[in-house]
Amino acid sequence: MTNQAKNPVLQIDRLCVSYGKVEALTNASLTVGEGQIVTVIGPNGAGKTTMLSAIMGVLGSKGTVHFDGSIEAVPEVERLVARGMNLVPEKRELFGEMSVEDNLVLGAFQRYRMGHRDHPKTLDEIYDLFPRLKERRTQLAGTLSGGERQMLAVGRALMAKPKLLMLDEPSLGLAPLIVREIFRIVTELRRRGVSILLVEQNARAALQVADYAYVLETGQIAMHGPATQLADDPRVVEAYLGLGGKHQAMLST
Amino acid sequence: MDVQIALMLAQDGLTNGAIYALLALALVLVFAVTRVIFIPQGEFVAYGALTLAMMQAGTVPATVWLLAGMGATAALIDGGLALRAGQTRRLVGVLGWNLGYPLGLAALLAALPVKDMPLAAQVLLSLAVVVPMGPLMYRLVFQPIAAAPILILLIVSVAVHVAMVGLGLLFFGAEGQRTPAFSDANLELGPLMVSGQTIWVVMSSVVLIVALYQFFERTLYGKALRATAINRAGARLMGISPSLAGKLTFFLAALIGALSGVLIAPITTIYYDTGFLIGLKGFVAAIIGGLASYPLAAVGAVLVGLLESFSSFWASAFKEVIVFTLIIPVLLWRSLTSRHVEEEE
Repeated sequence: MTNQAKNPVLQIDRLCVSYGKVEALTNASLTVGEGQIVTVIGPNGAGKTTMLSAIMGVLGSKGTVHFDGSIEAVPEVERLVARGMNLVPEKRELFGEMSVEDNLVLGAFQRYRMGHRDHPKTLDEIYDLFPRLKERRTQLAGTLSGGERQMLAVGRALMAKPKLLMLDEPSLGLAPLIVREIFRIVTELRRRGVSILLVEQNARAALQVADYAYVLETGQIAMHGPATQLADDPRVVEAYLGLGGKHQAMLST
Repeated sequence: MDVQIALMLAQDGLTNGAIYALLALALVLVFAVTRVIFIPQGEFVAYGALTLAMMQAGTVPATVWLLAGMGATAALIDGGLALRAGQTRRLVGVLGWNLGYPLGLAALLAALPVKDMPLAAQVLLSLAVVVPMGPLMYRLVFQPIAAAPILILLIVSVAVHVAMVGLGLLFFGAEGQRTPAFSDANLELGPLMVSGQTIWVVMSSVVLIVALYQFFERTLYGKALRATAINRAGARLMGISPSLAGKLTFFLAALIGALSGVLIAPITTIYYDTGFLIGLKGFVAAIIGGLASYPLAAVGAVLVGLLESFSSFWASAFKEVIVFTLIIPVLLWRSLTSRHVEEEE
Protein backbone atom coordinates (compact mmCIF):
# COMPACT_ATOMS: atom_id res chain seq x y z
CA MET A 1 0.00 0.00 0.00
CA THR A 2 1.27 3.45 -0.79
CA ASN A 3 0.33 6.91 0.27
CA GLN A 4 -2.55 7.53 -2.09
CA ALA A 5 -2.78 11.26 -1.69
CA LYS A 6 -5.04 12.97 -4.20
CA ASN A 7 -2.61 15.67 -5.26
CA PRO A 8 0.95 14.69 -4.58
CA VAL A 9 3.15 17.73 -3.99
CA LEU A 10 6.29 15.68 -3.63
CA GLN A 11 6.93 12.26 -5.03
CA ILE A 12 10.34 10.70 -4.84
CA ASP A 13 11.04 7.48 -6.59
CA ARG A 14 13.93 5.09 -5.89
CA LEU A 15 16.20 7.80 -4.57
CA CYS A 16 19.75 6.64 -3.90
CA VAL A 17 22.59 8.54 -2.27
CA SER A 18 26.06 7.24 -1.70
CA TYR A 19 29.07 8.66 0.08
CA GLY A 20 31.91 7.14 -1.91
CA LYS A 21 31.21 3.42 -1.86
CA VAL A 22 28.88 3.54 1.10
CA GLU A 23 25.24 3.75 0.16
CA ALA A 24 23.47 5.98 2.65
CA LEU A 25 20.08 5.83 1.03
CA THR A 26 18.81 2.98 -1.12
CA ASN A 27 15.75 3.12 -3.36
CA ALA A 28 13.74 5.37 -1.12
CA SER A 29 10.31 6.22 -2.48
CA LEU A 30 7.75 8.37 -0.77
CA THR A 31 4.84 10.67 -1.46
CA VAL A 32 3.61 13.81 0.25
CA GLY A 33 0.10 14.86 -0.68
CA GLU A 34 -1.18 18.41 -0.72
CA GLY A 35 -2.04 19.58 2.77
CA GLN A 36 -0.63 16.43 4.34
CA ILE A 37 1.80 15.99 7.16
CA VAL A 38 4.00 13.07 6.27
CA THR A 39 6.57 11.90 8.75
CA VAL A 40 9.72 9.86 8.37
CA ILE A 41 10.83 8.20 11.58
CA GLY A 42 13.81 6.02 12.21
CA PRO A 43 16.87 5.63 14.37
CA ASN A 44 19.88 7.88 14.36
CA GLY A 45 22.00 7.37 11.25
CA ALA A 46 19.24 5.76 9.22
CA GLY A 47 19.67 8.30 6.43
CA LYS A 48 16.82 10.67 7.24
CA THR A 49 18.87 13.85 6.95
CA THR A 50 20.61 12.46 3.87
CA MET A 51 17.24 11.94 2.24
CA LEU A 52 16.10 15.50 2.90
CA SER A 53 19.40 16.91 1.64
CA ALA A 54 19.11 14.87 -1.55
CA ILE A 55 15.53 15.99 -2.18
CA MET A 56 16.60 19.60 -1.68
CA GLY A 57 19.53 19.19 -4.07
CA VAL A 58 22.17 19.88 -1.43
CA LEU A 59 23.50 16.36 -1.98
CA GLY A 60 23.81 14.61 -5.32
CA SER A 61 21.51 11.63 -5.83
CA LYS A 62 20.15 9.12 -8.29
CA GLY A 63 16.45 8.53 -8.81
CA THR A 64 13.65 10.95 -9.53
CA VAL A 65 12.21 13.82 -7.58
CA HIS A 66 8.80 14.99 -8.68
CA PHE A 67 7.82 18.30 -7.18
CA ASP A 68 4.63 20.27 -7.72
CA GLY A 69 3.89 18.91 -11.15
CA SER A 70 7.31 18.65 -12.73
CA ILE A 71 10.30 16.36 -12.57
CA GLU A 72 13.54 17.70 -11.15
CA ALA A 73 16.13 15.79 -13.16
CA VAL A 74 18.93 17.31 -11.13
CA PRO A 75 17.48 18.89 -7.99
CA GLU A 76 19.00 22.34 -7.59
CA VAL A 77 18.56 24.24 -4.34
CA GLU A 78 17.95 27.72 -5.76
CA ARG A 79 15.41 26.46 -8.27
CA LEU A 80 13.54 24.39 -5.71
CA VAL A 81 13.40 27.26 -3.24
CA ALA A 82 12.05 29.45 -6.04
CA ARG A 83 9.42 26.80 -6.80
CA GLY A 84 8.25 26.57 -3.20
CA MET A 85 10.26 23.89 -1.41
CA ASN A 86 11.98 24.76 1.84
CA LEU A 87 14.09 22.84 4.29
CA VAL A 88 14.55 23.65 7.95
CA PRO A 89 17.76 21.76 8.66
CA GLU A 90 18.57 19.94 11.84
CA LYS A 91 21.31 22.41 12.73
CA ARG A 92 18.92 25.35 12.04
CA GLU A 93 21.75 27.14 10.16
CA LEU A 94 20.71 30.59 11.35
CA PHE A 95 22.69 33.74 10.67
CA GLY A 96 23.90 34.14 14.24
CA GLU A 97 25.43 37.59 13.94
CA MET A 98 22.35 39.08 12.29
CA SER A 99 19.13 40.26 13.88
CA VAL A 100 16.04 38.08 14.09
CA GLU A 101 14.30 40.32 11.59
CA ASP A 102 17.20 40.19 9.10
CA ASN A 103 17.19 36.40 9.37
CA LEU A 104 13.48 36.35 8.58
CA VAL A 105 13.72 38.81 5.70
CA LEU A 106 16.47 36.71 4.12
CA GLY A 107 14.00 33.85 3.99
CA ALA A 108 12.20 35.87 1.32
CA PHE A 109 15.37 36.40 -0.74
CA GLN A 110 14.43 34.12 -3.61
CA ARG A 111 10.91 35.60 -3.85
CA TYR A 112 12.40 39.09 -3.78
CA ARG A 113 14.78 38.15 -6.55
CA MET A 114 11.90 36.97 -8.69
CA GLY A 115 10.15 40.28 -8.26
CA HIS A 116 7.73 39.54 -5.39
CA ARG A 117 8.34 42.46 -3.07
CA ASP A 118 5.70 41.46 -0.50
CA HIS A 119 8.02 40.47 2.34
CA PRO A 120 6.91 43.18 4.81
CA LYS A 121 3.41 41.68 4.75
CA THR A 122 4.70 38.13 5.08
CA LEU A 123 6.83 39.31 7.99
CA ASP A 124 3.72 40.47 9.84
CA GLU A 125 2.11 37.07 9.27
CA ILE A 126 5.15 35.31 10.69
CA TYR A 127 5.11 37.62 13.72
CA ASP A 128 1.44 36.70 14.24
CA LEU A 129 2.39 33.04 14.20
CA PHE A 130 5.41 33.53 16.48
CA PRO A 131 4.75 36.53 18.75
CA ARG A 132 7.96 35.67 20.58
CA LEU A 133 10.01 36.45 17.48
CA LYS A 134 8.35 39.86 17.26
CA GLU A 135 9.49 40.64 20.80
CA ARG A 136 13.03 39.68 19.85
CA ARG A 137 13.10 41.20 16.40
CA THR A 138 16.20 43.36 16.99
CA GLN A 139 18.08 40.75 18.99
CA LEU A 140 20.91 38.81 17.33
CA ALA A 141 19.86 35.31 16.29
CA GLY A 142 22.88 33.84 18.06
CA THR A 143 21.59 35.01 21.43
CA LEU A 144 18.23 33.24 21.23
CA SER A 145 17.23 30.21 23.32
CA GLY A 146 16.94 26.80 21.69
CA GLY A 147 13.19 27.01 21.26
CA GLU A 148 13.34 30.52 19.85
CA ARG A 149 16.03 29.46 17.41
CA GLN A 150 13.81 26.69 16.14
CA MET A 151 10.91 29.12 15.79
CA LEU A 152 13.17 31.48 13.88
CA ALA A 153 14.36 28.69 11.58
CA VAL A 154 10.76 27.70 10.82
CA GLY A 155 9.68 31.33 10.47
CA ARG A 156 12.55 32.06 8.13
CA ALA A 157 11.58 29.14 5.89
CA LEU A 158 7.94 30.27 5.91
CA MET A 159 8.99 33.71 4.63
CA ALA A 160 9.51 31.98 1.29
CA LYS A 161 5.80 31.01 1.29
CA PRO A 162 6.59 27.35 0.64
CA LYS A 163 4.21 24.78 -0.77
CA LEU A 164 6.26 22.07 0.89
CA LEU A 165 8.07 22.56 4.15
CA MET A 166 10.59 19.91 5.18
CA LEU A 167 11.49 19.85 8.85
CA ASP A 168 14.54 17.94 10.03
CA GLU A 169 14.25 16.97 13.70
CA PRO A 170 12.43 20.13 14.77
CA SER A 171 12.09 18.88 18.35
CA LEU A 172 15.73 17.92 18.80
CA GLY A 173 17.18 19.22 22.05
CA LEU A 174 14.10 21.18 23.02
CA ALA A 175 12.19 21.13 26.32
CA PRO A 176 8.89 19.17 26.22
CA LEU A 177 6.80 22.31 26.51
CA ILE A 178 8.50 23.84 23.48
CA VAL A 179 8.24 20.57 21.55
CA ARG A 180 4.48 20.73 22.07
CA GLU A 181 4.46 24.31 20.82
CA ILE A 182 6.44 23.37 17.71
CA PHE A 183 4.06 20.53 16.90
CA ARG A 184 1.08 22.82 17.47
CA ILE A 185 2.55 25.13 14.86
CA VAL A 186 3.15 22.25 12.47
CA THR A 187 -0.55 21.33 12.58
CA GLU A 188 -1.47 24.99 12.24
CA LEU A 189 0.63 25.17 9.08
CA ARG A 190 -1.20 22.20 7.61
CA ARG A 191 -4.48 24.04 8.31
CA ARG A 192 -3.06 26.92 6.26
CA GLY A 193 -2.42 24.58 3.34
CA VAL A 194 1.32 23.97 3.67
CA SER A 195 2.33 20.37 3.00
CA ILE A 196 4.86 19.09 5.47
CA LEU A 197 7.53 16.42 5.41
CA LEU A 198 8.56 15.87 8.99
CA VAL A 199 11.64 13.91 9.92
CA GLU A 200 11.68 12.98 13.59
CA GLN A 201 13.32 10.81 16.16
CA ASN A 202 10.54 11.70 18.53
CA ALA A 203 8.30 9.09 16.88
CA ARG A 204 5.47 9.41 19.35
CA ALA A 205 4.93 13.11 18.77
CA ALA A 206 5.44 12.77 15.02
CA LEU A 207 2.92 9.96 14.63
CA GLN A 208 0.37 11.94 16.60
CA VAL A 209 0.30 14.83 14.15
CA ALA A 210 1.10 13.04 10.88
CA ASP A 211 -1.34 11.73 8.29
CA TYR A 212 1.04 9.22 6.83
CA ALA A 213 4.32 7.78 8.05
CA TYR A 214 7.41 6.06 6.76
CA VAL A 215 9.98 4.16 8.79
CA LEU A 216 13.52 4.53 7.50
CA GLU A 217 16.08 1.97 8.65
CA THR A 218 19.68 1.69 7.40
CA GLY A 219 18.92 3.72 4.32
CA GLN A 220 15.80 1.89 3.28
CA ILE A 221 12.09 2.41 3.79
CA ALA A 222 11.26 -0.48 6.09
CA MET A 223 7.57 0.21 6.69
CA HIS A 224 4.96 2.76 5.80
CA GLY A 225 1.28 3.38 6.25
CA PRO A 226 -1.23 5.82 7.68
CA ALA A 227 0.19 7.27 10.87
CA THR A 228 -2.54 5.92 13.15
CA GLN A 229 -2.02 2.44 11.74
CA LEU A 230 1.74 2.59 12.17
CA ALA A 231 1.37 3.85 15.72
CA ASP A 232 -0.41 0.58 16.52
CA ASP A 233 2.02 -1.67 14.67
CA PRO A 234 3.78 -3.86 17.24
CA ARG A 235 7.15 -3.53 15.49
CA VAL A 236 6.95 0.25 15.52
CA VAL A 237 5.80 0.23 19.11
CA GLU A 238 8.67 -1.96 20.13
CA ALA A 239 11.39 -0.15 18.23
CA TYR A 240 10.30 3.49 18.36
CA LEU A 241 7.61 4.10 20.94
CA GLY A 242 9.42 2.03 23.52
CA LEU A 243 8.74 1.89 27.23
CA GLY A 244 5.95 4.10 28.36
CA GLY A 245 4.09 3.59 25.10
CA LYS A 246 0.50 2.53 25.71
CA HIS A 247 1.02 -0.95 24.28
CA GLN A 248 4.14 -1.48 26.26
CA ALA A 249 2.28 -0.35 29.33
CA MET A 250 -0.53 -2.81 28.65
CA LEU A 251 1.89 -5.66 28.08
CA SER A 252 3.69 -5.09 31.32
CA THR A 253 0.53 -5.09 33.45
CA MET B 1 61.37 67.21 11.96
CA ASP B 2 59.19 70.22 12.53
CA VAL B 3 55.41 70.41 12.76
CA GLN B 4 54.98 71.31 9.14
CA ILE B 5 56.80 68.25 7.89
CA ALA B 6 54.93 66.04 10.34
CA LEU B 7 51.62 67.43 9.10
CA MET B 8 52.66 66.87 5.52
CA LEU B 9 53.66 63.30 6.22
CA ALA B 10 50.42 62.72 8.10
CA GLN B 11 48.49 64.06 5.16
CA ASP B 12 50.32 61.69 2.81
CA GLY B 13 49.79 58.82 5.18
CA LEU B 14 46.09 59.49 5.51
CA THR B 15 45.65 59.74 1.75
CA ASN B 16 47.36 56.44 1.12
CA GLY B 17 45.68 54.98 4.21
CA ALA B 18 42.27 55.82 2.75
CA ILE B 19 43.11 53.82 -0.38
CA TYR B 20 44.52 50.93 1.66
CA ALA B 21 41.33 51.00 3.73
CA LEU B 22 39.19 50.54 0.64
CA LEU B 23 41.35 47.68 -0.58
CA ALA B 24 41.42 46.08 2.88
CA LEU B 25 37.63 46.19 3.04
CA ALA B 26 37.42 44.53 -0.36
CA LEU B 27 39.87 41.81 0.73
CA VAL B 28 37.92 41.13 3.93
CA LEU B 29 34.67 41.00 1.96
CA VAL B 30 35.98 38.64 -0.70
CA PHE B 31 37.51 36.35 1.89
CA ALA B 32 34.40 36.30 4.07
CA VAL B 33 32.04 35.46 1.22
CA THR B 34 34.17 33.23 -1.01
CA ARG B 35 37.18 32.24 1.18
CA VAL B 36 39.46 33.53 -1.60
CA ILE B 37 42.47 35.56 -0.49
CA PHE B 38 42.21 38.01 -3.31
CA ILE B 39 45.80 38.65 -4.41
CA PRO B 40 44.73 40.18 -7.78
CA GLN B 41 42.98 43.01 -5.90
CA GLY B 42 45.94 45.27 -6.65
CA GLU B 43 45.80 44.51 -10.37
CA PHE B 44 42.38 46.11 -10.52
CA VAL B 45 44.01 49.25 -9.11
CA ALA B 46 46.63 49.26 -11.87
CA TYR B 47 44.13 48.30 -14.58
CA GLY B 48 41.75 51.07 -13.51
CA ALA B 49 44.48 53.72 -13.46
CA LEU B 50 46.19 52.64 -16.68
CA THR B 51 42.95 52.16 -18.61
CA LEU B 52 42.12 55.75 -17.76
CA ALA B 53 45.61 56.82 -18.83
CA MET B 54 45.24 55.03 -22.17
CA MET B 55 41.94 56.74 -22.82
CA GLN B 56 43.52 60.09 -22.07
CA ALA B 57 46.32 59.23 -24.49
CA GLY B 58 43.71 58.78 -27.18
CA THR B 59 43.95 55.03 -27.72
CA VAL B 60 41.28 52.41 -27.23
CA PRO B 61 42.37 50.73 -23.98
CA ALA B 62 43.58 47.19 -24.61
CA THR B 63 41.80 46.05 -21.45
CA VAL B 64 38.54 46.12 -23.36
CA TRP B 65 39.83 43.22 -25.47
CA LEU B 66 40.63 41.25 -22.35
CA LEU B 67 37.08 41.94 -21.21
CA ALA B 68 35.78 40.74 -24.57
CA GLY B 69 37.91 37.59 -24.37
CA MET B 70 36.72 36.78 -20.85
CA GLY B 71 33.15 37.49 -21.92
CA ALA B 72 33.41 35.24 -24.96
CA THR B 73 34.73 32.37 -22.83
CA ALA B 74 31.96 32.83 -20.29
CA ALA B 75 29.43 33.02 -23.14
CA LEU B 76 30.70 29.71 -24.51
CA ILE B 77 30.42 27.96 -21.15
CA ASP B 78 27.18 29.46 -19.89
CA GLY B 79 25.63 29.60 -23.34
CA GLY B 80 26.35 25.91 -23.78
CA LEU B 81 24.78 25.15 -20.40
CA ALA B 82 21.70 27.23 -21.19
CA LEU B 83 21.39 25.62 -24.61
CA ARG B 84 21.60 22.12 -23.18
CA ALA B 85 18.96 22.98 -20.60
CA GLY B 86 16.81 24.48 -23.35
CA GLN B 87 16.52 27.84 -21.58
CA THR B 88 16.35 30.30 -24.47
CA ARG B 89 15.66 33.32 -22.29
CA ARG B 90 18.74 32.61 -20.23
CA LEU B 91 20.74 32.13 -23.43
CA VAL B 92 19.76 35.58 -24.67
CA GLY B 93 20.82 37.09 -21.33
CA VAL B 94 24.12 35.21 -21.30
CA LEU B 95 25.02 36.28 -24.83
CA GLY B 96 23.87 39.85 -24.28
CA TRP B 97 25.95 40.40 -21.16
CA ASN B 98 29.04 38.41 -22.09
CA LEU B 99 29.33 39.21 -25.79
CA GLY B 100 27.11 42.19 -26.46
CA TYR B 101 28.32 44.33 -23.61
CA PRO B 102 32.13 44.15 -24.24
CA LEU B 103 31.77 44.52 -28.00
CA GLY B 104 29.32 47.40 -27.63
CA LEU B 105 31.68 49.05 -25.18
CA ALA B 106 34.64 48.58 -27.54
CA ALA B 107 32.66 50.11 -30.40
CA LEU B 108 31.67 53.01 -28.15
CA LEU B 109 35.28 53.61 -27.13
CA ALA B 110 36.42 53.53 -30.75
CA ALA B 111 33.65 55.87 -31.92
CA LEU B 112 33.58 58.46 -29.13
CA PRO B 113 36.17 61.21 -28.90
CA VAL B 114 37.12 59.83 -25.49
CA LYS B 115 40.34 61.82 -25.30
CA ASP B 116 38.49 65.13 -25.31
CA MET B 117 35.65 64.12 -23.04
CA PRO B 118 35.41 65.44 -19.48
CA LEU B 119 37.38 63.56 -16.85
CA ALA B 120 34.23 62.27 -15.13
CA ALA B 121 33.10 60.57 -18.35
CA GLN B 122 36.55 59.06 -18.86
CA VAL B 123 36.52 57.71 -15.31
CA LEU B 124 33.08 56.17 -15.81
CA LEU B 125 34.20 54.54 -19.06
CA SER B 126 37.33 53.14 -17.38
CA LEU B 127 35.18 51.62 -14.65
CA ALA B 128 32.82 50.25 -17.31
CA VAL B 129 35.78 48.41 -18.86
CA VAL B 130 37.56 47.15 -15.75
CA VAL B 131 34.81 46.43 -13.19
CA PRO B 132 32.94 43.70 -15.16
CA MET B 133 36.19 41.72 -15.19
CA GLY B 134 35.55 41.03 -11.50
CA PRO B 135 32.40 38.93 -11.85
CA LEU B 136 33.77 37.36 -15.04
CA MET B 137 36.93 36.35 -13.19
CA TYR B 138 34.80 34.73 -10.51
CA ARG B 139 32.74 32.91 -13.12
CA LEU B 140 35.71 31.61 -15.09
CA VAL B 141 38.29 30.94 -12.40
CA PHE B 142 36.80 30.62 -8.93
CA GLN B 143 33.26 29.34 -9.46
CA PRO B 144 34.42 25.96 -10.84
CA ILE B 145 36.56 25.42 -7.73
CA ALA B 146 34.33 27.13 -5.20
CA ALA B 147 34.37 24.12 -2.89
CA ALA B 148 38.15 23.75 -2.88
CA PRO B 149 40.18 24.26 0.32
CA ILE B 150 41.46 27.76 1.13
CA LEU B 151 45.02 26.83 0.15
CA ILE B 152 44.00 25.80 -3.37
CA LEU B 153 41.99 28.98 -3.75
CA LEU B 154 45.03 30.96 -2.62
CA ILE B 155 47.31 29.24 -5.13
CA VAL B 156 44.86 29.91 -7.95
CA SER B 157 44.56 33.48 -6.72
CA VAL B 158 48.34 33.91 -7.00
CA ALA B 159 48.22 32.42 -10.50
CA VAL B 160 45.55 34.90 -11.56
CA HIS B 161 47.66 37.71 -10.14
CA VAL B 162 50.73 36.62 -12.12
CA ALA B 163 48.68 36.30 -15.30
CA MET B 164 47.14 39.73 -14.83
CA VAL B 165 50.53 41.37 -14.24
CA GLY B 166 51.85 39.76 -17.43
CA LEU B 167 48.82 40.90 -19.41
CA GLY B 168 49.25 44.33 -17.85
CA LEU B 169 52.76 44.57 -19.27
CA LEU B 170 51.40 43.53 -22.65
CA PHE B 171 48.54 46.05 -22.56
CA PHE B 172 50.17 49.08 -21.01
CA GLY B 173 53.89 48.60 -21.65
CA ALA B 174 56.64 49.11 -19.11
CA GLU B 175 56.15 52.88 -18.93
CA GLY B 176 54.58 54.40 -15.83
CA GLN B 177 51.62 56.72 -16.16
CA ARG B 178 50.25 59.59 -14.16
CA THR B 179 46.84 61.09 -14.87
CA PRO B 180 45.85 64.74 -14.29
CA ALA B 181 44.38 65.61 -10.90
CA PHE B 182 40.62 65.73 -10.42
CA SER B 183 40.92 69.29 -9.22
CA ASP B 184 43.73 71.84 -9.09
CA ALA B 185 42.33 73.53 -6.02
CA ASN B 186 44.53 73.76 -2.96
CA LEU B 187 43.30 74.27 0.53
CA GLU B 188 45.39 76.13 3.05
CA LEU B 189 44.91 74.89 6.59
CA GLY B 190 47.22 76.91 8.78
CA PRO B 191 50.75 75.81 7.91
CA LEU B 192 49.44 72.95 5.80
CA MET B 193 48.69 72.91 2.08
CA VAL B 194 46.09 70.28 1.30
CA SER B 195 45.89 69.37 -2.37
CA GLY B 196 42.57 68.95 -4.12
CA GLN B 197 43.39 65.38 -5.02
CA THR B 198 43.98 64.48 -1.37
CA ILE B 199 40.53 65.78 -0.52
CA TRP B 200 39.09 63.81 -3.43
CA VAL B 201 40.74 60.60 -2.28
CA VAL B 202 39.73 60.91 1.36
CA MET B 203 36.18 62.06 0.61
CA SER B 204 35.64 59.36 -2.02
CA SER B 205 36.86 56.71 0.39
CA VAL B 206 34.54 57.93 3.11
CA VAL B 207 31.58 58.11 0.72
CA LEU B 208 32.32 54.64 -0.65
CA ILE B 209 32.66 53.15 2.84
CA VAL B 210 29.36 54.71 3.94
CA ALA B 211 27.70 53.49 0.74
CA LEU B 212 29.00 49.97 1.31
CA TYR B 213 27.77 50.07 4.90
CA GLN B 214 24.32 51.12 3.71
CA PHE B 215 24.37 48.38 1.10
CA PHE B 216 25.14 45.70 3.68
CA GLU B 217 22.76 47.02 6.31
CA ARG B 218 19.76 48.11 4.26
CA THR B 219 19.45 46.11 1.06
CA LEU B 220 18.41 42.49 0.77
CA TYR B 221 21.30 41.74 -1.59
CA GLY B 222 23.77 43.21 0.89
CA LYS B 223 22.22 41.17 3.68
CA ALA B 224 22.42 38.10 1.45
CA LEU B 225 26.18 38.60 1.10
CA ARG B 226 26.57 38.97 4.86
CA ALA B 227 24.46 35.88 5.37
CA THR B 228 26.65 33.91 2.97
CA ALA B 229 29.72 35.04 4.90
CA ILE B 230 28.18 34.02 8.23
CA ASN B 231 26.66 30.70 7.21
CA ARG B 232 27.12 29.40 3.70
CA ALA B 233 24.89 26.35 4.16
CA GLY B 234 22.09 28.42 5.65
CA ALA B 235 22.30 31.00 2.89
CA ARG B 236 22.11 28.31 0.25
CA LEU B 237 18.89 26.99 1.75
CA MET B 238 17.40 30.48 1.36
CA GLY B 239 18.13 30.22 -2.36
CA ILE B 240 21.13 32.55 -2.17
CA SER B 241 23.36 30.74 -4.61
CA PRO B 242 27.09 30.77 -3.87
CA SER B 243 27.82 31.75 -7.47
CA LEU B 244 25.54 34.78 -7.30
CA ALA B 245 27.14 35.83 -4.01
CA GLY B 246 30.60 35.26 -5.49
CA LYS B 247 29.95 37.32 -8.61
CA LEU B 248 28.42 40.15 -6.62
CA THR B 249 31.39 40.15 -4.24
CA PHE B 250 33.91 40.18 -7.06
CA PHE B 251 31.97 42.98 -8.70
CA LEU B 252 32.32 45.06 -5.55
CA ALA B 253 36.01 44.18 -5.17
CA ALA B 254 36.73 45.12 -8.78
CA LEU B 255 34.79 48.36 -8.39
CA ILE B 256 36.72 49.27 -5.25
CA GLY B 257 40.03 48.35 -6.90
CA ALA B 258 39.46 50.23 -10.14
CA LEU B 259 38.11 53.28 -8.34
CA SER B 260 41.13 53.31 -6.02
CA GLY B 261 43.39 53.19 -9.06
CA VAL B 262 41.62 56.10 -10.70
CA LEU B 263 41.87 58.06 -7.43
CA ILE B 264 45.59 57.59 -6.81
CA ALA B 265 46.78 57.79 -10.41
CA PRO B 266 47.23 61.58 -10.12
CA ILE B 267 49.27 61.16 -6.89
CA THR B 268 51.67 58.34 -7.72
CA THR B 269 53.00 57.06 -10.98
CA ILE B 270 51.33 53.75 -11.73
CA TYR B 271 53.18 50.99 -13.55
CA TYR B 272 51.65 47.75 -14.79
CA ASP B 273 52.88 45.99 -11.64
CA THR B 274 52.36 48.75 -9.07
CA GLY B 275 49.04 47.29 -8.04
CA PHE B 276 50.61 44.34 -6.29
CA LEU B 277 52.46 46.45 -3.73
CA ILE B 278 49.42 48.63 -3.09
CA GLY B 279 47.25 45.52 -2.75
CA LEU B 280 49.72 43.96 -0.32
CA LYS B 281 49.52 46.99 1.93
CA GLY B 282 45.76 46.64 1.89
CA PHE B 283 46.36 43.01 2.77
CA VAL B 284 48.50 43.94 5.79
CA ALA B 285 45.61 46.14 6.95
CA ALA B 286 43.13 43.32 6.36
CA ILE B 287 45.33 40.99 8.43
CA ILE B 288 45.29 43.53 11.27
CA GLY B 289 41.52 43.08 11.11
CA GLY B 290 41.99 39.32 11.16
CA LEU B 291 40.50 39.11 7.64
CA ALA B 292 37.18 39.38 9.44
CA SER B 293 36.65 42.79 11.03
CA TYR B 294 35.87 45.71 8.75
CA PRO B 295 36.46 48.50 11.30
CA LEU B 296 39.76 47.00 12.47
CA ALA B 297 40.88 46.61 8.86
CA ALA B 298 40.09 50.27 8.16
CA VAL B 299 41.97 51.41 11.27
CA GLY B 300 44.85 49.13 10.30
CA ALA B 301 44.90 50.68 6.83
CA VAL B 302 45.31 54.19 8.20
CA LEU B 303 48.06 52.88 10.48
CA VAL B 304 49.84 51.29 7.50
CA GLY B 305 49.53 54.54 5.54
CA LEU B 306 50.96 56.65 8.36
CA LEU B 307 53.74 54.19 9.10
CA GLU B 308 54.65 54.17 5.44
CA SER B 309 54.85 57.93 5.05
CA PHE B 310 56.78 58.52 8.29
CA SER B 311 59.23 55.72 7.59
CA SER B 312 59.80 57.14 4.11
CA PHE B 313 60.98 60.30 5.86
CA TRP B 314 63.21 58.63 8.46
CA ALA B 315 64.43 55.61 6.57
CA SER B 316 63.21 55.87 3.05
CA ALA B 317 65.30 52.94 1.83
CA PHE B 318 63.54 50.68 4.32
CA LYS B 319 60.03 52.05 3.93
CA GLU B 320 58.52 48.86 2.45
CA VAL B 321 60.46 46.66 4.85
CA ILE B 322 59.12 48.54 7.83
CA VAL B 323 55.53 48.38 6.60
CA PHE B 324 55.64 44.67 5.89
CA THR B 325 57.49 43.91 9.10
CA LEU B 326 54.48 45.35 10.90
CA ILE B 327 52.67 42.15 10.02
CA ILE B 328 54.89 40.08 12.31
CA PRO B 329 53.95 41.65 15.65
CA VAL B 330 50.34 41.78 14.43
CA LEU B 331 50.33 38.07 13.64
CA LEU B 332 51.99 37.32 16.98
CA TRP B 333 49.41 39.37 18.81
CA ARG B 334 46.56 37.74 16.89
CA SER B 335 47.80 34.22 17.40
CA LEU B 336 48.15 34.86 21.11
CA THR B 337 44.78 36.53 21.60
CA SER B 338 42.42 34.75 19.24
CA ARG B 339 41.37 31.16 19.44
CA HIS B 340 42.35 29.00 16.51
CA VAL B 341 39.53 28.16 14.15
CA GLU B 342 39.78 25.02 12.07
CA GLU B 343 38.85 25.41 8.46
CA GLU B 344 35.46 23.94 7.71
CA GLU B 345 35.61 21.31 5.04
